[in-house]
Amino acid sequence: MEYTILILLLPLFSFVLLGLTGMKMKPAIAGMIGTVVLGAVLVLSYYTAFDYFSAGRDASGCYPTLMPYNPTWLPFTETLNISLGILLDPISVMMLIVISTVSFMVHIYSFGYMKGEKGFQRYYAFLSLFTMSMLGLVVATNIFQMYLFWELVGVSSYLLIGFYYTKKEAIAASKKAFIVTRFADLGFLIGILFYGYYAGTFSFTPQLQALATAGAIIPLSLGLMFIGGAGKSAMFPLHIWLPDAMEGPTPVSALIHAATMVVAGVYLVARMFPLFIGYAPEVLHWVAYIGAFTAFYAAAVACVQSDIKRVLAFSTISQIGFMMVALGVCTSSDPHDGGLGYMASMFHLFTHAMFKALLFLGAGCIIHAVHSNEMSTMGGLRKYMPITHITFLIACLAIAGIVPFSGFFSKDEILTACFGFSPVMGWVMSIIAAMTAFYMFRLYYGIFWGKENKELHAAHHPHEAPLSMTVPLIILAAVTCVAGFIPFGEFISSDGQAYAIHLDKQVAITSTCISVVSILFATFMYAREKQPVADKLASTFKGLHKAAYHRFYIDEIYQFVTHKIIFRCISTPIAWFDRHVIDQFMNFMAWSTNACSEEIRGLQSGNVQQYARVFLSGALLLLIILLLI
Amino acid sequence: MEITLEFLVFLVLAVFICACSILAVTTKRILRAATYLLFVLFGTAGIYFQLNYSFLGAVQLLIYAGGITVLYVFSILLTSSQGDKAEKLKRSKFLPGLLTAVAGFAVCLFITLKNQFISSSFEHGELEVKTIGHALMGADKYGYVLPFEVISVLLLACIIGGLLIARKR
Amino acid sequence: MINIEYYLIVSTIMMFAGVYGFFTRRNLLAILISVELILNSVDINFAVFNRFLFPGQLEGFFFAMFAIGVSAAETAVAIAIIINIYRNLRNIQVRNMNEMKG
Repeated sequence: MEYTILILLLPLFSFVLLGLTGMKMKPAIAGMIGTVVLGAVLVLSYYTAFDYFSAGRDASGCYPTLMPYNPTWLPFTETLNISLGILLDPISVMMLIVISTVSFMVHIYSFGYMKGEKGFQRYYAFLSLFTMSMLGLVVATNIFQMYLFWELVGVSSYLLIGFYYTKKEAIAASKKAFIVTRFADLGFLIGILFYGYYAGTFSFTPQLQALATAGAIIPLSLGLMFIGGAGKSAMFPLHIWLPDAMEGPTPVSALIHAATMVVAGVYLVARMFPLFIGYAPEVLHWVAYIGAFTAFYAAAVACVQSDIKRVLAFSTISQIGFMMVALGVCTSSDPHDGGLGYMASMFHLFTHAMFKALLFLGAGCIIHAVHSNEMSTMGGLRKYMPITHITFLIACLAIAGIVPFSGFFSKDEILTACFGFSPVMGWVMSIIAAMTAFYMFRLYYGIFWGKENKELHAAHHPHEAPLSMTVPLIILAAVTCVAGFIPFGEFISSDGQAYAIHLDKQVAITSTCISVVSILFATFMYAREKQPVADKLASTFKGLHKAAYHRFYIDEIYQFVTHKIIFRCISTPIAWFDRHVIDQFMNFMAWSTNACSEEIRGLQSGNVQQYARVFLSGALLLLIILLLI
Repeated sequence: MEITLEFLVFLVLAVFICACSILAVTTKRILRAATYLLFVLFGTAGIYFQLNYSFLGAVQLLIYAGGITVLYVFSILLTSSQGDKAEKLKRSKFLPGLLTAVAGFAVCLFITLKNQFISSSFEHGELEVKTIGHALMGADKYGYVLPFEVISVLLLACIIGGLLIARKR
Repeated sequence: MINIEYYLIVSTIMMFAGVYGFFTRRNLLAILISVELILNSVDINFAVFNRFLFPGQLEGFFFAMFAIGVSAAETAVAIAIIINIYRNLRNIQVRNMNEMKG
């Protein structure tokens, strides 16, 4: 399967081409090049998946782990070396499909959305760079290659968030995203180095006896790696960058901050899953607790936000929390006994990528139509944008977990896994699922029903998006409708064996009931023109509402800690030291050099006679020295 | 060591050369310096004659004394201006130069006198011009036709170069 | 019998007289004259070494002769340059030469 290298090289090629020559091209041609290359990547990824899964299982009943390429890049010792290659196993192939599909949809969609924007070519170049790095991340053959592409993904995310570089908020958001994720990646890097030092390898499958001697270091390094994953996947308290990242173009939010990059942390945990299960189950449970808290927190915040992209951003955080929980509640690698979460998490990752991309692209169409993110400028849009309305509804139903849309199946597996871990966890996650359904339908009604902003719509008539934007919506909606029926366990499970998904009726009925009740509640509160119940609730729980609207002041806490404590107590003295001690020392060096030069300047007079005299004196001196010796 | 006529001649020549060369570099007037140089060259030719290198002495007289010195005199007359006549030496320039020269002289003298030369066998035979001619035109092991030709090319190059540099633009 | 050292002392004096002139004179022609002195002393050494140490051979002799030729060439070019400088600057003092620096 050597052709898989093309999956990485093609987007890289298009990035280099568009990056270097794009500004000379017409925007449409540049976009076309990016899209065609991505189309080729899409075809290759699907073919790879077909090739891989149709090759069948090996003797032990697992799909084999293939490495078509794995040349050594940096050899340190016999075992400790860094390779760059391509690794194919069920989850990486699944990720290939997810990334290439969503990325292709976003490429097509951007034709309509970004039309006439300044820097259209640059945008497509960055998209190619992002796609390349994300694909490289998922096919990494070792933890270090993963780290390299991980950083590349961070860079391209930074570039794309700051795409509107004339906008102050966008600059701030891109810096925030980069700094927060970089900060988290520090943990990742330290974890990698610990792992490399004690396990003696960067590979995902280390020697067992090396691990046995490493002892408590392995859980520590896995925990540190999870910090990196938490940063990328916006887990509490490192989530603060994701809502701000919505300053980027909406298709970028769909691609990077909903479907692909933010699940990198989940993918990292899944990739290290055998080690987590084998050596650090308690760390894995911490992952679950953090994920659950994040899911709850984000869902609570999402209930009161008024910016539709912010709502979707918090919903993304919440859903990633679900995936983390699913991974974290695993207690063994047997899917029949405590290992179900692994499959559930990957399944949810897959379905979530599709319907969340759909939601974001739909939100993009709406923003395109009303030129604002605020819910108050919307309302009653169902008349104007039928296609967007229908596809958005499908996505909302999917994320709420309604039969037969894909979200139902994956969320159900997660809840089953949670109930298998502990009933408390199961109920907590069920409540969060209910909150999910509630805020999604609040959003849905706020956009498409509710009170119409008549004068604004009269001044600027909202219109359905062009074909290039609606076609990806329809495709993704179709995928969302059918993805739940994929026998996912056949392909991916925690021990590699085939696992037949069966619905736990009790859980399924419970969760569906809760979701339906939440949806009805949301309908009751928000579907009509006047919303007395919602307003009354908001005024009754004024403090709570305000706190949630301000995201429970997490950003303010960060602001306080960084500005008031770190800047004032640590940075200012260090800056003083730098300015008055280090700089002065350097100045002294410069001054003394200058003074010495002034002194010896006379030697360099340009007078040949003087030079000749000095030369002769030196020669004589040498001669005398030689004579004396 | 008895004093022979030969030695007396050498002594006279040596004193003459030394005095003139020192005067050539210490005199203030450039034309006098050129004249002293001419005397030094005559003295050197005398040394060559004394060494029985009559041909070399003749060449010295012809080229150096006859040709180059005349060139000097002409160029001095062409370029002389008022400032040249009273060239004053600054002490700061004069002392280090003198010091270096004297030190170098002392070191070289020390080495020369300390060195044990291989048994010197002075031959009182005149070097025949025929021998010189054969050697100069010979292309065998002890022939000098190649340097001879190279020198001729060098002289040609220097004629052209001199013309190019000095011609009026 | 005249020892070889006597000749060498004479040439050494001539050489360092030239060196002294080279270091201290201001006039370009005077410097050139000093260079001639140095060259001449070397010529004497060649001839003397040949005559005293290797009387059967002719290397020193020819070296001296070629050196005379080369110095003639050198003098011709140097004087051409000096005359050119004089034409441009109206004098040939070393301290004025810095006007030609790039």
